[in-house]
Amino acid sequence: MSLRIVVCVKYVPDATGDRHFAEDLTVDRDDVDGLLSELDEYAVEQALQIKEAADDEAEITVLTVGPDDAKDALRKALSMGADKAVHVEDDDLHGTDVMGTSLVLAKAIEKTGYDLVIAGMASTDGTMGVLPAILAERLGVPQVTLLSEVSVDGGVVKGRRDGDTASEQLEASLPAVVSVTDQSGEARYPSFKGIMAAKKKPVASLDLDDLDIDAEEVGLEGSWTKVDSAAERPARTAGTIVKDEGEGGKQLAEFLAGQKFI
Amino acid sequence: MAEVLVYVDHVDGAVRKPTLELLTLARRIGEPVAVALGAGAEATAATLAEHGAVKVLTADAPEFADYLVVPKVDALQAAYDAVSPAAVLVPSSAEGKEIAARLAVRIKSGIITDAIDLESGDEGPVATQSVFAAAFTTKSRITNGTPVITVKPNSAPVEAAPAAGAVEALAVSFSEQATGTKVTARTPRESTGRPELTEAAIVVSGGRGVNGAENFAIIEALADSLGAAVGASRAAVDAGWYPHSNQVGQTGKSVSPQLYIASGISGAIQHRAGMQTSKTIVAVNKDAEAPIFDLVDYGVVGDLFEVVPQLTDEVKSRKG
Repeated sequence: MSLRIVVCVKYVPDATGDRHFAEDLTVDRDDVDGLLSELDEYAVEQALQIKEAADDEAEITVLTVGPDDAKDALRKALSMGADKAVHVEDDDLHGTDVMGTSLVLAKAIEKTGYDLVIAGMASTDGTMGVLPAILAERLGVPQVTLLSEVSVDGGVVKGRRDGDTASEQLEASLPAVVSVTDQSGEARYPSFKGIMAAKKKPVASLDLDDLDIDAEEVGLEGSWTKVDSAAERPARTAGTIVKDEGEGGKQLAEFLAGQKFI
Repeated sequence: MAEVLVYVDHVDGAVRKPTLELLTLARRIGEPVAVALGAGAEATAATLAEHGAVKVLTADAPEFADYLVVPKVDALQAAYDAVSPAAVLVPSSAEGKEIAARLAVRIKSGIITDAIDLESGDEGPVATQSVFAAAFTTKSRITNGTPVITVKPNSAPVEAAPAAGAVEALAVSFSEQATGTKVTARTPRESTGRPELTEAAIVVSGGRGVNGAENFAIIEALADSLGAAVGASRAAVDAGWYPHSNQVGQTGKSVSPQLYIASGISGAIQHRAGMQTSKTIVAVNKDAEAPIFDLVDYGVVGDLFEVVPQLTDEVKSRKG
C-alpha cells in the first residue's frame, strides 16, 4: 500500500527583509519578497526521507494556502522532490487567522487523502507553532509534534520530542499529524534536474467552493482574533560602544554595576 | 468578578515561575482559578494560593504522563466546562501552546499566543505581542468565544496576593483521542544547576566567535558569576558546541530577560528574533561592524577571550 504524505508549507515574507503591516493591519506582502518558510523545508526533507525509506512506495503532496505568489513555495518543494502540489487560493482568504487557515488546510487534506501530514514546527512569520496541533484536533488523528527525529514503519510513526524538561520517545498509529524541528536534518538543495522536473509536476488549484467553506468562516471578517494596533518599535537609543584596550571587561562590569546587575 | 482559568506548569508539584507571572496578569482581568494536572498537582496549591488563586482544580491520572498533550486538553476542557471562565491563560511553552490551541478549537474560540502583556479592555482582554523580530508591537483581542491566550515568560512580575486557593478535585473523562500518541520513553534533561533559559533574569550567550565547544566554559563561567542561564546562537549549536535546547533565536527559544549578554554573536536577524525584547542588551564582539552593536545598550569591541574572563573576575570580586 502506498503511503500518502501531505506536507503543509507556508509562503512567508523574507525575515531578512523589512517586514511591516498593511493598512488593514494584515502582513504587507507587497513590499517584501516571499519564500518557502525555512522551517517548512525541514518538513519537506523528512517527507522525502520517509518516502526513500519506504522504497518510494509513497507519494508526497505539498499543500499551501495563500495568494498567487505562494506557488513559489510549492515550486521549491516540488524541486526538492515532492510529487505534486495543491494550492488553495481565494480572494476571500485575505487576512485569515490560524483558526481559519487550519480549517482550510484540514478540508484540503481530507479532500487530497492522507496517511501522514507533516508540517514545520512553526511558520517563520507568525511563529505561533500551534497549527500542527490544531490540524490533529480538527482531523481527529494523533499529533506527533516537535520531532527532532522521525520514522515511519508498518503504519506506525515514531519520533523523538526534545522538551524543556525531558526528551520523549513518541509513537502513534497512522493516520497522524507530525511536525518536525530544525534539528530533524538539514534540508536538501534542489538539483538542476529537480528544478526542471518540478516544472512538469501537477499543481492543483482549489478555492473555498471546492472545499465547501463559506467566505464568512475565513478572511479578516471571519477571524476570531483582531489586531487593533501595530506600532513600530521606537529605534533604540544608540548604546555606548567602547573599544577594548585592556580594560574592556572592567568597563563592562562598571556598566553592569551601574545598572544594578552586579 | 469573572473567573479566569490559569493552566499550571509544574514539575512534580513545584510551580514554574511563568505560571506565577500568569497569576499576576490573570488578576487584572478576573479571579484566577488554577488548573494543575498530573503527579504532584495538589502540592502546587499552597504556592498558587499565595499568588492569588482563589481555587485550585486538580486531577491526576496515568494518562497525563503516558500520552502526549490530549489528556491535558481533556482536563482543561473539563475545567472550562465547570467554571465557564472569562478567559483561559496558559504559559507559552511548546506544550502549553499546543494545549491552548486544541482547547480553542474545541470551545470555538480565537487564540493569541506569546503575549508579552495583558490588560483588561472594554471588549475583553487586550494582549500585547512583539512581532517581526520585535520590530513591531501589536495589541490584539479575541472576537469569538472565550479568549484563550498564551503568555511568554518574564512578561509580568511575580506578586504575592494571598487568596483562598481551595483545592477541588476535577473530574475528567478522557476523549477517544487521549490515548492516540503514546510516550514510550522519557529521559529527563540533566539539570545544569543554572536557571531555565526562557525564565532566567539574565542570559549569557555565545556564538560563532566562541570557536569551539571547550571554549563555552568561558561563557558558562560568566553565567555562573551572574546566576544566569547560558544561551547559544544557531551557528554555535549547528557546529555542535552547545545543545539545541540552549539555542536562542527564531528556530530556538525566544528569551526576554532583564539582561542579555551576547559574546561572539554577530546578531543575524534569526538570532535577534529570539532576544530583541531583552530589557538591557550587552555585546562583546571583535567585529565593530557586527549588527548586534545596533541593538546594544553597552558594547565592547574586543576579543571575547580577553574581555569575558576579565568581566567574570570583576563580577566575582565585586560580589565578594
